[in-house]
Amino acid sequence: MADATWLDRGGTHAGSRRAGWPAWLLLAPLLVWLGLFVLLPTILLVVTSFSHRDELGRVVYSFTTENYLRCFDPTWLSIFWNSILYALAATVICVIVGYPAAYTIGRAGPKSRRILLTLVMIPFWTSFLIRTYAWISILSQEGLANSLLLSAHIIPGPLSMMYTPFSIVLGLVYNYLPFMILPIYTSVEKLDNSLVEAAYDLGAGPLRAFSRVIIPLTQPGIAAGALLVFVPAIAMYAITTLMGGGSNPTIGEVIQNQFTRARNQPFGAALGVLLMLLFLVCFLVLGRKKNSSAPSA
Amino acid sequence: MTDSPPVNREHFFRLPDGPRLVRWFCGSWTTLVFGFLYLPIILLVLFSFNESKSGFAWEGFTTKWYGELFQNRVLLHAFGNSLLIGLVSTILATVLGTLGAWMLYRYRFPVHRLMEAFIFVPMIMPEILMGVSLLVLFVILSLPLSYLTVIIAHVTFTFPFVLVGMQARLQGMDPSLEEAAMDLGATPRQAFFRVIFPYLMPAIASGALLAFSLSLDDYIVTVFVTGAESQTLPLKVFGMVRVGLNPQLNALSALGIVLTMILVFGSESLKPSNSGQKP
Repeated sequence: MADATWLDRGGTHAGSRRAGWPAWLLLAPLLVWLGLFVLLPTILLVVTSFSHRDELGRVVYSFTTENYLRCFDPTWLSIFWNSILYALAATVICVIVGYPAAYTIGRAGPKSRRILLTLVMIPFWTSFLIRTYAWISILSQEGLANSLLLSAHIIPGPLSMMYTPFSIVLGLVYNYLPFMILPIYTSVEKLDNSLVEAAYDLGAGPLRAFSRVIIPLTQPGIAAGALLVFVPAIAMYAITTLMGGGSNPTIGEVIQNQFTRARNQPFGAALGVLLMLLFLVCFLVLGRKKNSSAPSA
Repeated sequence: MTDSPPVNREHFFRLPDGPRLVRWFCGSWTTLVFGFLYLPIILLVLFSFNESKSGFAWEGFTTKWYGELFQNRVLLHAFGNSLLIGLVSTILATVLGTLGAWMLYRYRFPVHRLMEAFIFVPMIMPEILMGVSLLVLFVILSLPLSYLTVIIAHVTFTFPFVLVGMQARLQGMDPSLEEAAMDLGATPRQAFFRVIFPYLMPAIASGALLAFSLSLDDYIVTVFVTGAESQTLPLKVFGMVRVGLNPQLNALSALGIVLTMILVFGSESLKPSNSGQKP
């Protein structure tokens, strides 16, 4: 119905009207906001990254590349590398843990599918602080896990599980798992089940059907999920600060520190620009895999 | 909320040709995943009613932590800040997003595609970069860090979500809706406010709700652009979490979880039908 009218009225449908000055005036708030608070700050960040600072920590706008040269010091490189490793580990675990769940939800009947999706949405919408605190209260010295293990006399003294790479990755996985499940679910839902049936009919076992038919067909969902998990997880310094306690700092923690306590904005900006470049690379690589089938998440 | 999802074995596993082992694996794996997602939250809620101040030995039921929470002036002030900032930035973001989506839908501008693509930048830009770049801007403009700077930042990262939701709704709109209104003698302005606006209302409401919850929840951007007076609840909570376990935090978290559940179930039931509008 809608399509028919669309075609009938051909030339007059929405979007075809040329913008006169009143239209520009009404679009202006959007353009001004984007220009002033998105484009301009980004440019200024790049400019700052090429600047000096004086003894008081104020930015002096004279050109230098020393901030970038400093970024390639092994200390900072290893922090960059660690952040990538944590995010990578979290992404891989999210795929392994989340895929079967997303698949099951996508293949469930409409009613249970809706309930299960809502159950994924609740942790998705719950504040990351609450969810991180939940794990801190389980893992910390006087936390639930230790008090259970101690009272059962399984361990002689409390285990230190917090402030380790384990707790950092766990915190990331717990927070980002719904972001992986939802896009995979979307592409599982689109998956034509007759193709899976055909694979079985043609003699494929479950493993073969899975690896040769189901995985390739739901790959856009995996790529989208990886984009939604890996990219933000690199910079999610709030979780890594809480779960890592500063012992294994990530790049986000360093940037935050440069902008606040260390008062070295140019160096922080240089690290930020490098981070931005890293993100662009991720988007180009993963975004291409994702093709055009964007998830609704 | 119970721990495991309701599993209806009749309809649940639709893997027609999948061997029994596959079904069994999928079912139990999914149950474990939901257990992993929900167990920590449930424990948090449970222990918010525990008498014991430290540790996890159950010493009896109490609601005193909730009482203390509501006496905590620092947190209450921060919560007030969060509500104020959330409300103002939601209104601004909703107006900005709705207007922008409508103009981009209705008119063709030069470099239209580029503008539409650029709206995604604040959505996909990592929050920390948005935070530091806005901080750099505010320092250069010598704008003191205050409520104003926090609101500017919150509008910047929320309005694209409103706009994109609105675009989805507009794409599903029958274009003859506006034309019919005009044929019946409405001016473009009347057509917008009497016909288009009511049609967009669900998307406006859900966009506003999304903007509000994003604003209420934000820590990363806010931490860079806030002054001492305009600290929001997440900032105060972050400080408390860093110090260590605190039964008041359990109570606060439990309230947050209940609020989230109400919002999620509420917006789910507001949705028109099963898989209604999808971008």
